[in-house]
Amino acid sequence: MRITPEKVDELAALARLKFEGGEKEAIRADLEKILEMCEKLNEVDTTGVEPLIYMTENSNVLREDVVHQEITHEQALLNAPKKDSDFFRVPKVIDQNG
Amino acid sequence: MRSGTHSVSLPGIAQDSFHYPMNNTEFEAVIGLEIHVQLLTASKAFSSDSAEYGGLPNTQISAISLGHPGTLPRHNKSAVEMAVKMGLALHCDIRKYNSYSRKNYFYADLPKGYQITQFDTPLCNNGYVPIRLKDGTRKQIGLIRIHMEEDTGKSMHDQDLTDTLVDYNRAGTPLIEIVSEPEIRTGDEAYAFVTEIRRLVRYLGICDGNMEEGSLRCDANISVRPRGTTTFGTKVEVKNMNSISNVKRAIDFEIARQTELILSGGTVVGETRGFNALAGTTFSMRRKELVNDYRYFPEPDLPPLILTDQQIEAVKHLMPELPDALYARFTEQYGLSEYDAGVLVDDKHTALYYENLVRHTSNYKAAANWVSVAIRGYLNEQAMGMEDFSLQPEKIADIIHLIDKGVLSHSAAVQKLFPAMVQDPAVSAEEWVQKLNLVQNTDNDFIEKLADEVLASMPEKVAEYRNGKTGLLGLFVGEVMKLSKGKAEPRKTNEVIRRKLDA
Repeated sequence: MRITPEKVDELAALARLKFEGGEKEAIRADLEKILEMCEKLNEVDTTGVEPLIYMTENSNVLREDVVHQEITHEQALLNAPKKDSDFFRVPKVIDQNG
Repeated sequence: MRSGTHSVSLPGIAQDSFHYPMNNTEFEAVIGLEIHVQLLTASKAFSSDSAEYGGLPNTQISAISLGHPGTLPRHNKSAVEMAVKMGLALHCDIRKYNSYSRKNYFYADLPKGYQITQFDTPLCNNGYVPIRLKDGTRKQIGLIRIHMEEDTGKSMHDQDLTDTLVDYNRAGTPLIEIVSEPEIRTGDEAYAFVTEIRRLVRYLGICDGNMEEGSLRCDANISVRPRGTTTFGTKVEVKNMNSISNVKRAIDFEIARQTELILSGGTVVGETRGFNALAGTTFSMRRKELVNDYRYFPEPDLPPLILTDQQIEAVKHLMPELPDALYARFTEQYGLSEYDAGVLVDDKHTALYYENLVRHTSNYKAAANWVSVAIRGYLNEQAMGMEDFSLQPEKIADIIHLIDKGVLSHSAAVQKLFPAMVQDPAVSAEEWVQKLNLVQNTDNDFIEKLADEVLASMPEKVAEYRNGKTGLLGLFVGEVMKLSKGKAEPRKTNEVIRRKLDA
């Protein structure tokens, strides 16, 4: 399957990534190779085989509605690249999703 | 939920044989609503951190709701139960085999990079919402689906100059999303629809229905088309309506805007618009040029949820009597008028109070009046809800008995006795009547004397009455009541005055 430069732009926008100059062609070629590899799977005849979603036969793994606070406010913020005493801080974003 | 953008083309241009109507009454709106309901669980949808509203920022969080790797979500039993309740209340088919999907998008308030939602197996399908408009018209609005999902965190864009601040307390709060068929035609119908949804979630106790705080949120998809056509016009999505009346205002505005736009030769653009409540207008937020590709795929971390008939039946038994059933019972069993029954079932606590009250009195009509007029009036004045009303129904029943026995007049009961009882319910109704000296006087001599006094003081009016202006009777009775300080029994007073005048 062929990946067009436009498709790269579209995917980059969805992933909030930016590819410039030679990077864009490199990722385009990589994506094509990845898809080629996946297309190999199409050679297997899967007629009548249900897609496998779950690795176990489990169902109904539910929990009781009980509050149990497992981490503190400080722990929550510990790994944040940018924060203040209350909030996670991220670069100013305008809503692009709904 | 609709696809396709059929813009309405304009008259005259290469369409000689077909003319779109030029009068805006000839356009109709096509409206579908999407309502997000935050479920009133104690903990989150897939983790055990608290889902309570209003906590200090980033204190109700967990490794799961913060989207740390290597964590496993587990679904909250109560969230499922509440979602099933809503589906049953809205006459939906409840799906037995449920799976979850990931809706992928990158945004700071969604730490996992995907929202867990039900994409292709919504818990509820079909169903409908019965609505009643102000003019009494009834209509059923069909539902496409109700599915379970989780809420995002909250971003604050205008608190800081350079950064967006994110609070993840809300992340992972259980939601249901109710999607209507595009069968709503006016702002009034939308108003009735959201009102009914809010009433039901409150009856079921699954959400507090607070649009200001965002526990109930409504988005509207609106398009217009010439009446009589069946294709859809280009739809516009309107967001940010934080009250039910704003939903109506935004829709009314948007219908007028789109209609005028088309009539003046413009084209409606598919976009998302916000609502400015101060101005009563909508404004463009973003164009829907690039359709967002959410790349849904099955959520492998959550095994399927399989419900049985017995489980669904068990949930049904946990549900309270719903407003429609109460309404039917109030009109049939208690003989209330449709209006009285409607007012009482409007709010769950009011309906419950009434039910408790009529256990202590068989004067159903008087009981309805007390609840919907005196008590609700008092609560409105105090800006309180029925759930905050502390006077026991037995006490109101006592008041009704005293009135029915003729001990005191209705007006004295409402104006004097009721406020006193609310102030100090420990004192019985009888004791208050004595204390406040409210016993009405049915003694003929007392009333005769006052009647003579009143009639003597108004010789002209008496002459007018005798010349046929019998409507003046009420004036004389009122004067006697006034002189008696509300203690003359009205029926008896009426009798006495009429006898004297007709003599």
